[in-house]
Amino acid sequence: METINYQNFRIDAENICVDYNGKVALYDANLRLKPGQICGLVGMNGAGKTTFFNALTGFVNISKGKIRINGESLRSAQKDQTIAYVPQNEGIDSQFPISVWDVVMMGRYGSMNIFRCPRESDVQAVKDAIERVDLTDHLSTPIGNLSGGQRKRTFLARAIAQRASILLLDEPFSGVDIRTEKLISELFIQFKNEGKTILLSTHDMIHVREFCDLVLLINKTVVAYGETSEVFTPENITTTFGGISPDFLFGPES
Amino acid sequence: MELCSFLTLDSLITDPLTHDFMRKALLMSSLVAAVCGFLSSYLTLKGWALMGDAVSHSVMPGVVVAYALGLPFSLGAFIFGVGSVALIGFIKQKSRVKEDTVIGLVFTGFFALGIVLVSKIKSNIDLHSILFGSPLGISLSDVKQTIFISLLVVILLSIFRKDLMLYCFDPRHAKTVGINVVFLHYLLLTCLSLAAVVGLQSVGIILVVAMLITPGATAYLLTDKFDNMTVISVLSAITSSLIGIYVSFWFDLETGGSIVLAQTFIFLFAFLFAPRYGIFKLKKLFAGYK
Repeated sequence: METINYQNFRIDAENICVDYNGKVALYDANLRLKPGQICGLVGMNGAGKTTFFNALTGFVNISKGKIRINGESLRSAQKDQTIAYVPQNEGIDSQFPISVWDVVMMGRYGSMNIFRCPRESDVQAVKDAIERVDLTDHLSTPIGNLSGGQRKRTFLARAIAQRASILLLDEPFSGVDIRTEKLISELFIQFKNEGKTILLSTHDMIHVREFCDLVLLINKTVVAYGETSEVFTPENITTTFGGISPDFLFGPES
Repeated sequence: MELCSFLTLDSLITDPLTHDFMRKALLMSSLVAAVCGFLSSYLTLKGWALMGDAVSHSVMPGVVVAYALGLPFSLGAFIFGVGSVALIGFIKQKSRVKEDTVIGLVFTGFFALGIVLVSKIKSNIDLHSILFGSPLGISLSDVKQTIFISLLVVILLSIFRKDLMLYCFDPRHAKTVGINVVFLHYLLLTCLSLAAVVGLQSVGIILVVAMLITPGATAYLLTDKFDNMTVISVLSAITSSLIGIYVSFWFDLETGGSIVLAQTFIFLFAFLFAPRYGIFKLKKLFAGYK
């Protein structure tokens, strides 16, 4: 048998299963991503995309299988701030009384002392991250007063401030303006060059073709996984979406 | 002549202070209000109002049993408060019944058990003071317990202030960066039980949930900053306690009810006139005159 050096993989999920009180949400799912790879996670609502993210962040326990992050356990990845999760806009309480600065600072919490007192380096990391997403004019703006795109950028800045090497993004392009979309796609190229690994879920098939080296099609389990050019075929997409033709998803011209 | 001097504002405030029980009531209730107000910010943002209601009612049998056995009443209350939460979690997980239904049936069950126990255990338990609070009749041992528990809760909340805020805001991120969310969950529940225990002395079991949610809700209407929210919540809770106790003294009203009514009025004021989130948006009204 060939030996695998797991440290080559940023993410290595092997036959993972997740069930909620006996109801199976995801089974026998596999995923391997290397540094600098961008992978699209595509599936219907309820196909297990969020569950997959939850498993990779440790927010739900897997009932079977194994997750290795840089060859190490998930727990040590959490301790090392390796993984950052960027939620959907709908996944957060936008009325929470908190400013852009405070949200981005939360990216540093894991590496601070128990009182979460920011050090000089934390302040600098937060400043830099906010600058990279172009929100310097909104440092103290409550998140409730931001547009959808600005809010998305705030959470991206949190992931940047965290200095994570793996970014999990839940629907990064949904409900954002053109400017944010452009900024996010520029950031993706920078992240890739920095060797970060990105897993993003999306409903938009065009984004998959545009950004993703790899694509993971799931419907409770992996339908297809591989290079986007090879795997992202009309047949596979139709299977993933339970028989709906890709014409319906892309429009007839694609 | 005497009537005239009684009606001066000065004596309205200072006269009650000549009574030992009033001084004690004002101090203790302010302390309790501060603790509950502090916690209130977290509970309102976490959406735990119903949970607060459940825990505060569920402590009833604990208080009764503790009195009967001669134990500190806070110990019994704490055990039953945490026990109710554990039972709620267990029934929710093992049945198809929805969470709010489970919460409702568990706490009413505990509460009923408490009332039945009071009627069965012959002792000097004053049901009225448990149900409606008796800040004017706090005993010395109760004062000690209250101070101890209040300090404990304030210290815990102060240490984990930011972590709890993160836990309320985005538990998934907390988990992702290696923060122990299970610990924070139980920490918040523990503080809730302890705050309910001290709060019931001021306003009684039935109304203690108001101490745990109204100040936070008021503050939520007045600010967009979490730290300010905590400060406003604590201040409005203390103010309500002072107003409630004075008003109940002047007009011979039920003290617990007066305190909670004062909180409700402050909330309504914020609801109507809060600068940004009030119905009338005071800021805009003033801006019109400039």
